[in-house]
Amino acid sequence: MDLVATILVDGLIYAGWLFIVSVGLTLVFGVLNILNIAHGSLYAIGAYASASLVGAYFAAGGQAFPYGSYVALILAAVLVALVLGPLLERGLLRFFYGRDEVLNVLVTYAVFLILEDVMKLIWGVNPYFVYEPYTLLGDVEIGPLFYVGYDFAVIAAAIVVGLAVWLTLNRTRIGKVVLAVIHDSEMSQTMGVNVQRIYLGAFMAGTFLAALGGALTAPMISVTPGLGVNVIIVAFAVVIIGGLGSVPGAAIGALLVGISRAASVHLLPEAELFIIYFVMAIVLLFRPEGLFAKTQVRKI
Amino acid sequence: MRSKLFLGATAAFAVLAAGSVILPDWAMFLCAMALAKGLVCLGIVGMMRGGVVSFGQGLYYCIGAYTATLVANSFGVSDIFLLTLLSALACLLVGMAFGPLLSSYRGIFFAMLSLALSMVLYGSLSKMSVIGGTDGLNIAAPTFLGWAPEGRPLQTALYIYVVAIVVIAGTLMRIYFDSEQGLITLATRDNELRVEYLGASVRNIMTYNYVFGAVLGGIGGTIAALALGHVDPEFAFWTTSGEFVFVAILAGYLSVPAVFVAAIILELVRSFSNLYFPNTWQLALGIFLLVVIVLLPNGLGSLVGRRKGNAA
Repeated sequence: MDLVATILVDGLIYAGWLFIVSVGLTLVFGVLNILNIAHGSLYAIGAYASASLVGAYFAAGGQAFPYGSYVALILAAVLVALVLGPLLERGLLRFFYGRDEVLNVLVTYAVFLILEDVMKLIWGVNPYFVYEPYTLLGDVEIGPLFYVGYDFAVIAAAIVVGLAVWLTLNRTRIGKVVLAVIHDSEMSQTMGVNVQRIYLGAFMAGTFLAALGGALTAPMISVTPGLGVNVIIVAFAVVIIGGLGSVPGAAIGALLVGISRAASVHLLPEAELFIIYFVMAIVLLFRPEGLFAKTQVRKI
Repeated sequence: MRSKLFLGATAAFAVLAAGSVILPDWAMFLCAMALAKGLVCLGIVGMMRGGVVSFGQGLYYCIGAYTATLVANSFGVSDIFLLTLLSALACLLVGMAFGPLLSSYRGIFFAMLSLALSMVLYGSLSKMSVIGGTDGLNIAAPTFLGWAPEGRPLQTALYIYVVAIVVIAGTLMRIYFDSEQGLITLATRDNELRVEYLGASVRNIMTYNYVFGAVLGGIGGTIAALALGHVDPEFAFWTTSGEFVFVAILAGYLSVPAVFVAAIILELVRSFSNLYFPNTWQLALGIFLLVVIVLLPNGLGSLVGRRKGNAA
């Protein structure tokens, strides 16, 4: 019983983190039709930016009000989105719209390689630690098990992010416009939609979510180079399982991957890396387009 | 047409083999590795002609490398011909198992499913401490039909061996590309539905291309393992596969020699940027990749094709 509970809680924590990282990827794919490998770098940059900002916050006497460091975390993600979003979308990606999907994967792979080194140039190769936000929320006791409160804050953040994205897309005017652009960007343009702006907005939102994923993770780990390499490939698995461009799909994919990974960690540790891609391969074999994707019309 | 092809192949062999005399040790090793990887990329190009790109060719590169290593270490086999044959056979079997399955996927889904398969292998190998885990395994230097050279002769022999394989594989693939099957592949790229209506089976063609890619990947992996003397799970990691795709895109699907030229260019760019910008070689590689995609969307092969078009 304890084992099942442990697996579920661990799985949920991992799934929450995965969802935040993956939903941006699926959003960008849904709107721009680009599978963004550089998403992993944006995640890593988010982690570095938040480590720096939180570090600066405490250096500037933030100890008086340590909860302000959470604002710093989110602010870091916003900053990354404001700087890198327009730079990458306007400066590069817009020249590749409508080109072959696989070629575009390679374009973002190039961006990924470039950003990996840019990060080393800016932040160096030594690890960054910002543990303060992680310990602030205390411990949570579930039966005989102890968890760090921050882990549950990540789950909460994932739920907020998921609801926000879903509500924006389905319940607001701008969301309807975005869905129209996804459905048929040319037709939307003739109807007077500023498609360029929607693309930019969607990419910035995706960048923000990637950076937010990194920013929220930074307190839990030591931020080192090469952070993005493994993240992107797991996020890929999640969005492919759920169906590219589907927000509910990303949620289900994250849960599926999160819980299977947790189960494997506790039951069969050797299979930890294996299991994620195994689940992805199985899902693709039976649902070639993923769980939630429709064959013709892409949906968010 | 055929005689021209064989003449070209012989010339290519002569030119490449001459490298064994002229090239210094480091360059010969670099070329041998580049040509071995070029074999893997040739397989991707074969699939690219049908409009799909495998992002997981590291799977076969790795299976080939590990098959050779495990056979060499457990049975004491060191003959390079036998090792290559066994690895190719292993990849043929795996390719024949996955080929029919993958043949109905297109575009990003083909790419991602092939990537998932290679990552499954990566994940499994990293955790299998019996065969070295993430550290990998060492493999002894190969022998050539009983001849066991060392030092420079070993390097030369290995290099000549790669060159011979490359020329043979390149010629065979060219013949295949120009065959009925190969032309159907090309037609599939333009319009799959039309090909089906004309009575050809696109799935069969895709399977053939995939299996050929698998065998080429295995051979490339074996040679790379023997040249390096070491294998590890990184052979199946997605960044390795990404490099293969990069070479295939750089080469384009129009020309076979372009694949190997592209492979050598990539190794050169990597080595030199590693040497001159040790901390920013990925940055240099990324910029190079972007420049290629922007300036040569159809790859190096299109340069040759364009010139031919003008002459005709």
